[in-house]
Amino acid sequence: MNEKEVILEIKNLSKVYEGKGVQVKALSDVSITVNQGETIGIVGESGCGKTTLGRCVVRGIDATSGEVLFHTEDGVIDFLKATREQMKKYRKDIQMIFQDPYASLDPRMTVFDIISEPLRYHSKMSKKEIEDAVYNMAEKVGLNKAYLRRYPHAFSGGQRQRIGIARSLILQPKLIVCDEAVSALDVSIQAQIINLLEELQEEYHLTYLFISHALSVVRHISDKVMVMYLGRVVEFGETEELFQNPLHPYTKALLSAAPQVNPDSTKERIVLEGEVPNPANPPSGCHFHPRCKYKTEKCEKEYPPLEEYNGRLVACWNCEACQQQQP
Amino acid sequence: MEKVRTNKKDTRTKQEKKNDKYYYASQWSLIGRKFKKHKLAMVSTYILLFFYIVTIFGNFVAPQGTEQYDGRYVNCAPTKVHMFHEGKFVGPFVYGLKMERNPETYMLMFAENEEEIYRIRFFAQGEEGSEYKILGLIPCNLHLFVPEEGGKLFLFGTDNMGRDLFSRVIHGAKISLFIPIVGMLLTLILGLFMGSLAGYFGGWIDTVIQRLVEVVRSFPQVPLWMALSAAIPKTLKPAQVFMLMTLILSLISWPDLSRVVRSKFISVKKEDYIMAAQISGASVASVIIRHMIPSFISYIIVNMTMAIPNLIIGETTLSFLGLGLRSPATSWGVLLQETNKLETIMFYGWKLIPMLFVFLTVLAFNFMGDGLRDAADPYK
Repeated sequence: MNEKEVILEIKNLSKVYEGKGVQVKALSDVSITVNQGETIGIVGESGCGKTTLGRCVVRGIDATSGEVLFHTEDGVIDFLKATREQMKKYRKDIQMIFQDPYASLDPRMTVFDIISEPLRYHSKMSKKEIEDAVYNMAEKVGLNKAYLRRYPHAFSGGQRQRIGIARSLILQPKLIVCDEAVSALDVSIQAQIINLLEELQEEYHLTYLFISHALSVVRHISDKVMVMYLGRVVEFGETEELFQNPLHPYTKALLSAAPQVNPDSTKERIVLEGEVPNPANPPSGCHFHPRCKYKTEKCEKEYPPLEEYNGRLVACWNCEACQQQQP
Repeated sequence: MEKVRTNKKDTRTKQEKKNDKYYYASQWSLIGRKFKKHKLAMVSTYILLFFYIVTIFGNFVAPQGTEQYDGRYVNCAPTKVHMFHEGKFVGPFVYGLKMERNPETYMLMFAENEEEIYRIRFFAQGEEGSEYKILGLIPCNLHLFVPEEGGKLFLFGTDNMGRDLFSRVIHGAKISLFIPIVGMLLTLILGLFMGSLAGYFGGWIDTVIQRLVEVVRSFPQVPLWMALSAAIPKTLKPAQVFMLMTLILSLISWPDLSRVVRSKFISVKKEDYIMAAQISGASVASVIIRHMIPSFISYIIVNMTMAIPNLIIGETTLSFLGLGLRSPATSWGVLLQETNKLETIMFYGWKLIPMLFVFLTVLAFNFMGDGLRDAADPYK
């Protein structure tokens, strides 16, 4: 299979939450292209729209505008405007792993019922075939077959997450949105689940949208990383390049906040001034300018477009200036 | 590998087996476990079960038939059941009754005539007039206990027409205990329908339904019952009055249930597992039926249990005020209707006995509801 085959294009995706008299732009004009078999890491601080993006892509919530173009054998379809028949056929190709393994499993169903539920809606398998498929999948994700008749309350967080993974994989999707899939787990379990996700990716040639705030995890698993700030993409590029040489001032600050493994590291931490602005009332121009030390007048007036710079997409007016002051 | 596994099974401790039971426990068995720990609720449940079973077999348990009366024994005090006659064991029996005039008040009263002894027979044929039909088909006159021919046994005394109050309490329970259940089912249908409309769709539908709920709730209940009951034509048969009363009770009590359903819908809609089901391709109907309703059905059962006492009291109140059923139809409210004179309570205190049953039933339903409420969500 061609590695560079495009599977998903997100174009100008926006989501506006409307309250009483306030509009919160959770996502504005997010555009990315995802290739088959890639893992895209999506990072950013809380409230930057990572989860909203993931949920809009799987159509768990409806986006306000924009397109999610999904490349299928039948051509490109806009997932957000798909007809009922198209949805029926392609919904199974885009699945999701949830953040909270305690809230995402219906406590009233046995594990077997939870894992087999998607099959009920999408396939006309016989009982025996469903059983085989579930057993097979349970084995793949490392669940004991004997435990399948138990209820979720019998399992630990890590095991529950395996159940969630089994559920999202049972339809053999092409793309999986992992919404903070390991954040709720402790570190040793995180490693197990990440290894599992990598193994499964290899086996089924999966594409991941890996939403996380854990930078080390994202660096480990992703091919490309997308950095978000206040509902917008500020930087998007190959993982290693981005981590080694961040271009956007926000990316720099974010990466410098990640704990260093080497205690003697002299890398200075960039401490951002101020707070995350209220998304209901974002600053004019570049949303980051009140906290940016490279800001110019232009930054206060106009939002910088996401443009290519050194083979990466960056939304900043002052890339040149930033680069020169690299610590 | 297999060998290891069998080995492991043998050495499993009691604790492990107990855990296993817990791991395989469904929502309902978890609720059951928790409920059983609530002693008061368990006792109440047994009391209610006892009441309902006695009521179902009412014709057999009650010594007198529904339309039986004896003009000779009017306002007779409860008969004492004796075991010993002049120091000798006879088994359960009653003395005959004779009429006496109270030397002070000059009132006619019944006293025991110790010369006549009537043994109580169990599983015996009742006297004339107490025949009934099993399932409305098979004629039968078997009763749990009947005194020997000529004897009179009034456990709770008689009313002003000479009807056995004990039998009347049991016959009355048929209406007093079952009207609320039927009414509750109607309430449930109305409440579920309105509540899920409001909760699922929200927006203006929600607003309209909520205002309607507020309007219905702000009516003072008793006058509203009175007005609606007054609309029931006097010429209707007891069975039809029964149906209409049920309808009236449920028309008034649906708002509370609809609010519970609505709020549950709104809170459950945001759960991750609901979104997970949508993403795996479930339709609106299967999300509601497979995930949403099971998640709050236990709360609804609790609410229904807690609402039954109101309906029992509602029926009793209506009948007591003479707006519901009327004699010869019997319900606990109808029985209490006789006690609306001070004189009755002064001289014939036993006529308040039906109130004890209303009280016990309402209390038991409340305790049971308490226990159910504590057990309703085993995942918290």
